[in-house]
Amino acid sequence: MQDNLFKINETEYILPGSRACQGCGLTLAYRHMLKALRENTVLTIPASCLCVLHGLYPITPVTVPYLNTTFASTAASASGIAAGLRALNKTDITVVAMAGDGSTYDMGIQALSGAAERTTDFIYVCYDNEGYMNTGTQRSSATPMGAITTTTPILTKEHSKKDFVRIMEAHDLPYLATTSPAYPIDLYEKFVKAKRIKGTRYMHIYSPCPPGWMFPAKDTVRMGQLAVETGIVVLFEIEDGKFRFTGRSKTMAERGKKQPIINYVGKQGRFRKMSIEQLNRLQAWVDSRWNDYLRKAEG
Amino acid sequence: MDEKSVKRDLNVSALCVPAKGEAGRTGDWRDFRPVIDHKKCIPSSKNKAACFLCWLYCPEGVVKMSIPVEIDMDYCKGCGICAEECPPNAIRMVREGENDG
Amino acid sequence: MADVRILTGNEAAALGVKLCRPNVVAAYPITPQSQLAEILSRYVEGGEMRAEYVRVEGEHSALTVCISASTVGARTFTATSSNGLLYMHEQLHWAAGSRLPVVMCVVNRGVGAPWSIFNDQQDSLAQRDTGWIQLYCRDNQEIIDTIIQAYWIAESLYIPVMVCYDGFVLSHTMMPVDIPDAEEVRGFLPPYKAHTLLTPEAPRTINSVLFPWRRLNPEGVLCDGYMEMRYKLQAAMTRAHGVIRKANDDFAGVFGRDHGGLVWKYRCEDAELVFSGMGSIANEATVAADLLREEGIPAGVAGVRTYRPFPREEAAEALRGAKALVVLQKGLSYGYEGCLTSDLKAALYGTPLLIPVVDVVAGLGGRDVKAREIAGAGRDAWKDLQAGKLENRSLWLNCYTGEDHAG
Repeated sequence: MQDNLFKINETEYILPGSRACQGCGLTLAYRHMLKALRENTVLTIPASCLCVLHGLYPITPVTVPYLNTTFASTAASASGIAAGLRALNKTDITVVAMAGDGSTYDMGIQALSGAAERTTDFIYVCYDNEGYMNTGTQRSSATPMGAITTTTPILTKEHSKKDFVRIMEAHDLPYLATTSPAYPIDLYEKFVKAKRIKGTRYMHIYSPCPPGWMFPAKDTVRMGQLAVETGIVVLFEIEDGKFRFTGRSKTMAERGKKQPIINYVGKQGRFRKMSIEQLNRLQAWVDSRWNDYLRKAEG
Repeated sequence: MDEKSVKRDLNVSALCVPAKGEAGRTGDWRDFRPVIDHKKCIPSSKNKAACFLCWLYCPEGVVKMSIPVEIDMDYCKGCGICAEECPPNAIRMVREGENDG
Repeated sequence: MADVRILTGNEAAALGVKLCRPNVVAAYPITPQSQLAEILSRYVEGGEMRAEYVRVEGEHSALTVCISASTVGARTFTATSSNGLLYMHEQLHWAAGSRLPVVMCVVNRGVGAPWSIFNDQQDSLAQRDTGWIQLYCRDNQEIIDTIIQAYWIAESLYIPVMVCYDGFVLSHTMMPVDIPDAEEVRGFLPPYKAHTLLTPEAPRTINSVLFPWRRLNPEGVLCDGYMEMRYKLQAAMTRAHGVIRKANDDFAGVFGRDHGGLVWKYRCEDAELVFSGMGSIANEATVAADLLREEGIPAGVAGVRTYRPFPREEAAEALRGAKALVVLQKGLSYGYEGCLTSDLKAALYGTPLLIPVVDVVAGLGGRDVKAREIAGAGRDAWKDLQAGKLENRSLWLNCYTGEDHAG
């Protein structure tokens, strides 16, 4: 672990004093993502926590160029950048579209599916904090069942979290990976790898959100680790159709140990109204998916 | 404001330029600040590049990977992740206004 | 040596685009634009046109691709109609506010509900507030010429331009078109130079949130609030009058065809009954004007070529001698009156001209508008004028509007 840490690019691409919340999981992930992608990158991002992190006119804390776009159009915006750069023979620039779960799972799914189908040469990054956090923690289709949000305040979210990573798997991408800011070195290495690959690459970042998930800001990394330890989040990559566990999930798959989800769910205020039935359904789903992945890993 | 003396914004579209402190001096957000015990801190006590998990896990990037480790207090938001993740528990979160002691 | 071919409006538009050599084309098919998108893809796949063609999954994405490609320095093109234009409405505002010189052809078609695939102008008229320049073409010659001028105008002002032409009536109708010489077009149209480039060489965040107030940046420049930034667009729209006229005149100088700039006039010098309209319906009105002249009615046409920015002064000037105005339009602002009618009335406000205006809604959903019907509306307006009946009125041409049809 120590050696890997020192391989990380030391340049900081986010100058101090950003508008992100204390302990924001996204900020930690983005910090390491930009270190991996380096200077020859352009980003396009819709309205989101990330857009706010990028600052209000006329100042930005980020030293990488970024084009704002509307909520439904992130992947289309990246398609336009990629097409323009290709037409002008500027092919050494990495094009990145980055959006939250709301913009990816809900309004932006059409543009993303279209861009992926056209094998657009870009990296699409979804940072998943499981809700429309920027606008005040409303529910999205990425919110897990049983969670309190401002639009599911009393009865909690009745529907399961949409398995978006599986939707992207169906697009036969050259590279797809799940990451977490709780495991920054795993995240960094995956982005370094993604940068080298051509075609549509999909990266999923599970971003713990202290205000939205209702836990203290100091526990962001701990919460991300528990997500992986319980199998709620599985760290893996699929490269040219070949599935591989990575990092902590790889160790867990080899040792065959997984914590019960109550260890994760019980630590977040947003699940305080979750029913036993919902908890059991979620545990069953996590177990079933874990087994699916174990089978996939065997090839 | 004297309109004649200001430098005008010539941008036809909204362009932000990179700078520190976009949201102001975010160190003012803190209720608690991190205090490092350099006798416990691994790189400080061993005087060699090691650990630096506080640098790795700081969302704001305000921890300097130096010996001794330094934190930029102008911009540290006081989230407490560094204290939480420090393996030898060398970092304490102390309420602002109280002594480090 | 003239290169005259018999072309449909869509074919003429495609040739116009090819002559302008865009770097990126994005299009999604919709009747009656589809042939334009198809011809462009044939040009690209056949090697006649070197461009990245993005076969997007929807119109909202089509304009988004153009916006982003334009931001990295590419010249771009898209086209759509009707509900496709409505679908990209959000992006129309975005392109204008970003100050990007995107050129788009709108092949005018009525909007749903209920469905119509046939021609009217409600689609583009409904976009008049977005900050795009809108140019309306009378015939297929004007389509190819206006596309070339559109890039010149857009890239001088950094305002996106919509070139509108009537679906089926022009898009699918064959007319002789004199094709401008490619070298001459290259001379007329300088390469596109972006005002802001998205590039790692100068990292910037583009189009973030603006505060309501102005804010000092670290270099001591007082940066705009949202309102100042938007004012700049309106100020550019005001400068656009001169730029559009210059584009028209310079084009006429090189290619020998003058399309009137902002407002074209037909027999207006001594006209007392004036028709006004946009696109092919205004062309049809010239036939009606000739019919009325034969009956001794001094009729003329003031055709609005540039709808936005609205040519307030040119319109008032063209109507100088009018004693009655008949405004023909293929669309309206529901709950009020025809869009062009309101704008012309506003143009006359404050001038000494106080004349009766007949607001004619015609041709919605592709209902055919015949010259003799236009002449009939003109004849009635003239009779009213002679009888001293000077009130403004509205007329839905050749449409059942009985009492029992009040919805």
